[in-house]
Amino acid sequence: MTPVIAVSNLSKTYATGFQALKRINLEIRRGEIFALLGPNGAGKTTLISIVCGIVNPSEGEVLVDGRDIAAHYRTVRSMIGLVPQELTTDAFESVWATTSFSRGLFGRPPNAAHIEKILRALSLWEKKDDRVMTLSGGMKRRLLIAKALSHEPQILFLDEPTAGVDVELRKDMWNIVRALRDSGVTIILTTHYIEEAEEMADRVGVIAKGELLLVEGKEALMRKLGRKQLTLQLRERLAEVPAALAKYRLELNAEGSAVVYTYDTQAERTGITALLDDMGAAGIGFIDLHTDQSSLEDIFVDLVRTTR
Amino acid sequence: MNLYAVRAIYHFEMARAWRTLMQSIVSPVLSTSLYFVVFGAAIGTRITEIDGVGYGAFIVPGLIMLSLLTQSISNASFGIYFPRFTGTIYELLSAPVSPPEIVLGYVGAAATKSVILGLIILATAGLFVPLRIEHPVWMLAFLVLTAFTFSLLGFIIGIWADGFEKLQVIPLLVITPLTFLGGTFYSVNMLPPFWQAISMFNPVVYLVSGFRWSFYEIADVDVALSVAATLGFLLLCLASVWWIFRTGYRLKA
Repeated sequence: MTPVIAVSNLSKTYATGFQALKRINLEIRRGEIFALLGPNGAGKTTLISIVCGIVNPSEGEVLVDGRDIAAHYRTVRSMIGLVPQELTTDAFESVWATTSFSRGLFGRPPNAAHIEKILRALSLWEKKDDRVMTLSGGMKRRLLIAKALSHEPQILFLDEPTAGVDVELRKDMWNIVRALRDSGVTIILTTHYIEEAEEMADRVGVIAKGELLLVEGKEALMRKLGRKQLTLQLRERLAEVPAALAKYRLELNAEGSAVVYTYDTQAERTGITALLDDMGAAGIGFIDLHTDQSSLEDIFVDLVRTTR
Repeated sequence: MNLYAVRAIYHFEMARAWRTLMQSIVSPVLSTSLYFVVFGAAIGTRITEIDGVGYGAFIVPGLIMLSLLTQSISNASFGIYFPRFTGTIYELLSAPVSPPEIVLGYVGAAATKSVILGLIILATAGLFVPLRIEHPVWMLAFLVLTAFTFSLLGFIIGIWADGFEKLQVIPLLVITPLTFLGGTFYSVNMLPPFWQAISMFNPVVYLVSGFRWSFYEIADVDVALSVAATLGFLLLCLASVWWIFRTGYRLKA
């Protein structure tokens, strides 16, 4: 299937000399939720801004639905909706007016029924005649989504959609995003809330210092880079790990009361059975055990740390 | 052509004018009325006629032009600067809109407001002094052409400005002095020869003179020259706007 967005060798160097993107290659699949993870200043917003036409690239090519974003800007941009990171709204306009304005700006004829549907879906209908300046931060965030959806885009960019949003609203946002994906909209979201990517994304890209470090399916990423650890609470404290267990590279805690065994989740054999047998043979008993799996956050932190 | 976008921008800008009716319409009408009272009624009684036209009536075209120039610049510069200031410009830049459509929306709305204002001032002037318009079509043509040209200049200023104070610099320090020295309240022919020659370098002289000719058939410079000067300035502004969009100057990183 043709990717809905194809980015090739995309670079951006600002007038100050700062290189925000370094030869990025990325494909976004139709109908997926793609999370672009990265620390502040990684290049996430620059990448989105180039695809949306707000920032000019220094080099490289971006195709949306197979069309070059510069040569076919009308077709391409009418397919895209953008929810910016900042709460940038027309303070003095009404919710209805500013949403209708966005629809017109993107070349769509007036459609009161569609605007009403969006405002109701985003719980803004009751506020339709209120000035934007009177809305709360959460409502403004939803209004930006309403504006971005007003022209019925096929691709939606959400730049840090839940930044500064409380937990309840964040969960509401996630439900909205899932509903959009179910309706066929491709969603690209940037976030530095790993929990958000873990919760929603089909695939994850990690970007740092303008370089795309990896792109993987979320499950595959966690399988591939995730570590699992088995912690055994010992019946009797140890001063050191016996030589017979050296091959397992066990970590003994400071009190000598527990050992931690780290194993590869993708390996054919985890080595746990052998470890327990060898511990029994060495006369080391245990009273409890539990396993831990590294989260997407751990993977992300490891990846970003290695680029520093 | 994305006519829906042009219409959306145009309506958005016009809605702002109605929302801020006091500063958009009432304020310039009031200040122009004061000019009539001060210059027309008070000082005008001491100046009988200029080129066969009563002083009160003589200053009407110049006063309309004064408001037209300042309001065109002010409306258009604020219209494009405000989204830059608030950050909502992202929506315009990411929309499927071409530069001519953006200009048509913003500049069209600013020019419309100025033309409406000019006509209101004209009607207001009719309450103070007897008016006649010898060439109504030319009068409207000058009105529309000047409003559009100076709205384009305002659009350029709105892109150039990086603070609210800069929006005021050109209208206050350049346009208003040029208008006062451009024959708004007098005929350039009343000046000594040296200042007459200097005045010929003031572009506003050509605008006021042409506009006044459409009212009373009296002009400081040939009317063809006035039309040519206005069109020349229009082309200069269009070229500047074309350059802005081609380079992304102060719009795109």
